[in-house]
Amino acid sequence: MTDQDITFAIEKPMLGRVANGIFWMYRYLERAENTARLLAAGHRMALTRGVDEASEEWRSVLTTLGLRTGYDEHYDDYTGAHVCDFVLRSKNNPESVLSMFERARTNARACRSAITLEVWEAINEGWMTLCDLLARPVRESNLNTALGAIRRESSLARGATHGSMLRNETYSFARAGTFLERADNTARILDVKYYLLLPSLAYVGTALDTGQWDNVLRSLSAERAYRWLNAGRMDARSIADFLILDERFPRSLAFCYSAMRENLSALSRLHGKEGSAHEAMRIADQQLTGKSVEDIFDQGLHEFLLDFIGGNASIASAIAEDYRFVS
Amino acid sequence: MSSATSDKFDEMHRADGSVRPAYRGYQEWLEEQDPALMRRKDSEAESFFRRTGITFNVYGDDDAEERLIPFDMVPRIITGSEWRRLSRGIEQRVRALNAFMHDLYHRQEIIRSGRLPERLFRNNAAWLPEMVGFSPPGGVYTHITGIDLVRTGPDEFMVLEDNARTPSGVSYMLENRETMMAMFPELFTRIKVQPVSNYPRRLATSLAACAPEGAGSKPSIAVLTPGIFNSAYFEHAFLADQMGAELVEGSDLRVVGGKVQMRTTDGFRPIDVLYRRVDDEYLDPLTFNPDSVLGIPGIMDVYRAGNITIANAPGTGVADDKAIYSFMPEIVEFYTGEKALLPNVDTWRCADPDSLKYVLDNLEELVVKEVHGSGGYGMLIGPTASKKEVRAFRAKLEAMPENYIAQPTLALSTCPIFTRAGLAPRHVDLRPFVLCSPEGIDITPGGLTRVALKKGSLVVNSSQGGGTKDSWVLDD
Repeated sequence: MTDQDITFAIEKPMLGRVANGIFWMYRYLERAENTARLLAAGHRMALTRGVDEASEEWRSVLTTLGLRTGYDEHYDDYTGAHVCDFVLRSKNNPESVLSMFERARTNARACRSAITLEVWEAINEGWMTLCDLLARPVRESNLNTALGAIRRESSLARGATHGSMLRNETYSFARAGTFLERADNTARILDVKYYLLLPSLAYVGTALDTGQWDNVLRSLSAERAYRWLNAGRMDARSIADFLILDERFPRSLAFCYSAMRENLSALSRLHGKEGSAHEAMRIADQQLTGKSVEDIFDQGLHEFLLDFIGGNASIASAIAEDYRFVS
Repeated sequence: MSSATSDKFDEMHRADGSVRPAYRGYQEWLEEQDPALMRRKDSEAESFFRRTGITFNVYGDDDAEERLIPFDMVPRIITGSEWRRLSRGIEQRVRALNAFMHDLYHRQEIIRSGRLPERLFRNNAAWLPEMVGFSPPGGVYTHITGIDLVRTGPDEFMVLEDNARTPSGVSYMLENRETMMAMFPELFTRIKVQPVSNYPRRLATSLAACAPEGAGSKPSIAVLTPGIFNSAYFEHAFLADQMGAELVEGSDLRVVGGKVQMRTTDGFRPIDVLYRRVDDEYLDPLTFNPDSVLGIPGIMDVYRAGNITIANAPGTGVADDKAIYSFMPEIVEFYTGEKALLPNVDTWRCADPDSLKYVLDNLEELVVKEVHGSGGYGMLIGPTASKKEVRAFRAKLEAMPENYIAQPTLALSTCPIFTRAGLAPRHVDLRPFVLCSPEGIDITPGGLTRVALKKGSLVVNSSQGGGTKDSWVLDD
């Protein structure tokens, strides 16, 4: 038996470096898109509130994105103009939407032979469009156009991926990256607003600040689906239930985990074996399966979300480890 | 429509303004086009290239990390019979180059016979003692060669340069055609042009035929790139994609169990053929430049053990040397037993005292090039250089004459480009791409036409403001 006769479970495995590039490319795209949603919801909120509350809202946007420290180094107020500029395009913010898109494009370039021309063009054109739109500070009158463009460009890349890519491991890494990032973003949004949801079982049906809850839903593009399911009723229990446990809503934690499970098992089928990522996925899954929203509130929403975010990070590093993202 | 009025040979128009046969079909089509529409098409082309990301990086240019090579939408047209004659000459030359490489690294018959002075390659930095006595898989050194041709008259094609190291530009040959077909589909319905789009498949087949013996029936092929910051990265990614090969960087590779292997999601997997777009010097830090992070430590040992094919073979850069070039007519005759079908441009070797004297006396008339230079850098174009530049160059030349060759300033042929004011003639060259494997020599009809966009300029290099054209070989 010579070297050439050895048969591998997977015939043409991709490069570890490329798998890493693809995984992160889709994380960046997803994060850019979610950031745009968060800003749009924040902006809407600020419009309907007094100055103090508006500034509180902008601060919470920064907290959700983990950008407070970086921001505070450069500004001493929380105005919409400053926050939006910092989050969207500031050179002082390495996590800006523009640099996120740029990183996605750099990864796409580095992994050019692993993606289709359609995906490459979607990302490259998206990047060109955003470079244009974000070349100068965005005026408030153009903010919605710019945020819409960010969501649209990311959606186009995702659509091209869905419509043109072979269902092989490249696709699984792309999808795993997308849903891991999405789960993380949803959990962070909930965590920053948890104090609105936490004590609220007792408040069902009372005169709560529905504007704040509406804001949570909007930052996840969930307002329409939620209204349709609940006929306009707004209460903490059902909102938390919806965003955490409803498997039909594509940005809920349960939906994201179901998609991640699916893609991880596609990988294990291809490779003929499971690894530490599958184990981490099972452990993280136990946080969600069989739980009711009451169980989660009993545990404490904040604690639950912290565990969830931690579990998510373990899955990400186990994937990187199992599939040799770096040497 | 303007036409060339000087004594230079214009490939489209005769001196009386009439159109040569190769361009007749194109001219007929052009006359039917609305000039305003043509201008609009011209700006379309640029956005097409931007979108597709067909860019190249310019070193030392921070502002424009990725630039476009200007594309001109007037095709450069060669008739089928012109091409048949040319390709015979190209094939002969590449056959000779490959035989020459083998001889240089083995018995050196050409030196023993006194046809080539030994110092020529002894002083050559591209000469690799590590290759002496070693025969690469399939006996192939020059897997891919780019032969730069210039034209001075109806039947006068000559070779300006041989690129046996790592000829680049083939992605532009392919994308220029795609762009033309997207912009002017009806042109291709009317005029039958020999296709170029199968080049990547032919390249993959040719490389696979050069795989080492133990490689099995489906050799694994990878393209080695220095990475996304390299000026030709687009081409590396493009070729890997089109061939269905892996695009690898040095950090993906490691020598494991006597084979060069790549780190995949499923562990290390062997590579049989490495089409490297990394220079010899950076290929193996254990053998060459110890600071290189672009290469693979130990790859030369694997190579010498016959367990991987490296394309092109290390050490083929010797053939790119312009002093060696000046001996090509002798080299072709020595290895093929025939007269060279494609002539060289007359060349004075400044190492030779009589030639040096002539060159120094006629600097204002000549083009002087460094023997190891490339990309249009480090050369003097006498007729367009300032007195000061000529003086400075004279000093360099006197200090190191063996470093230079000189050539007459040729009346290079022109081909029209599209300008706002209509067609205008500009100087062009042609780089056909030639594949070599044990199964034979394969030349894709056409090649890359580079064009000097500045009026009167003779420098076609993209790093110096040159552009490119789609190059047609008519299917007639």
